[in-house]
Amino acid sequence: MSESNWKLWEVFLRSKNGLSHKHVGSLHAADADMAIKNARDVYTRRSEGISIWVVPSEEITASSPDEKDPLFTPSDDKVYRHPTFYDIPDDVEHM
Amino acid sequence: MGTNVSLEDKFQAYVDAENKVEPKDWMPEKYRKTLIRQISQHAHSEIIGMQPEANWITRAPSLRAKLILLAKVQDEAGHGLYLYSAAETLGEPREKMIADLQSGKAKYSSIFNYPTPSWADMGTIGWLVDGAAIQNQVMLTRTSYGPYARAMVKICKEESFHQRQGYEVVMKLAQGTPEQKAMAQESLNRWWWPSLMMFGPSDDNSPNSEQSMKWKIKRKSNDTLRQEFVDKTVPQAEYLGLTIPDPDLKWNEERGHYDFGEINWAEFYDVIKGNGPCNKERIAHHVKAHEEGAWVREAANAYAKKQAARKEGDASAA
Repeated sequence: MSESNWKLWEVFLRSKNGLSHKHVGSLHAADADMAIKNARDVYTRRSEGISIWVVPSEEITASSPDEKDPLFTPSDDKVYRHPTFYDIPDDVEHM
Repeated sequence: MGTNVSLEDKFQAYVDAENKVEPKDWMPEKYRKTLIRQISQHAHSEIIGMQPEANWITRAPSLRAKLILLAKVQDEAGHGLYLYSAAETLGEPREKMIADLQSGKAKYSSIFNYPTPSWADMGTIGWLVDGAAIQNQVMLTRTSYGPYARAMVKICKEESFHQRQGYEVVMKLAQGTPEQKAMAQESLNRWWWPSLMMFGPSDDNSPNSEQSMKWKIKRKSNDTLRQEFVDKTVPQAEYLGLTIPDPDLKWNEERGHYDFGEINWAEFYDVIKGNGPCNKERIAHHVKAHEEGAWVREAANAYAKKQAARKEGDASAA
């Protein structure tokens, strides 16, 4: 990171206690404190959140779109992982 | 005047107003301790619970049954992971939780200290043991600690498959040959009472319950949950033509609930103390698997170091 080109930070907000933090966008900042302050200004002007997480974008490792098939198709043929795969008679309740 | 509200009182008012507590919020030390104990115990139960079922993976009666059982045991490992992670948000290191499990300091559900000698047990466990767990876990989706509640939502969605596949196994046996039906009955006979014990001591003998209810960690008492489970399960057994092994079990019109016999509490406490049929075996197997897996962890560390060094080399070369 150079001094003229601040790091990119990903911003996550918790809208209320009980819900998990959700990604809302990103911004530039010179350090984590500034990132929080900027996130407050940019992303919570209308009470969108009660807690902010900022993470340097470069610290996020993402799966590659090319890997989509090898990663996710194996679960397509495992229908037995879903409750609806099993025939439970309608007379049997609470299941 | 009136400004001298303690942090504990504020916390109680916050919880009373149905607010969720999140990791960085202030919380009483005892609330944190109680949660660490309960969540880690819950995690250990998921992990140890893999053993009685894994016992049948290589001997499942069909490829279909084997795939289902594998998927279920895999889910249990995942549930253990969600729960360990939730406990870690309270500052408890994973290694410490594992060490406490292996030393016997931490407990897990006593149900997993019973053996699984019959294929029918794979059905009965899904139906009764997962059924009882669901009863408890549905309540816990509304627990006051956010990360625990969110883990429970995920787990409950997955448990539904577990219970239904179990009931299907028992149903096939119950509707099969007389020998198969006898297998299902024999298995029910062994698992019924330990399943009722899963809800813990009766309310008048449950020292931690009152405070847990006050903090909304729990929202229903042990006896309430147990009664709900019995009420749901009796008709399910009747549908199968199986008999629940309790001569005192009968519908009480006045209460609108089933009455049932007294649980053998001496057995319950004895199994918790470590004297169940499989306590030693379960922990010994956990220790063995952990030790035999040491080389995998070492290899993963060595590989990560190598990759990091290579990246650094590339960066300095560029």
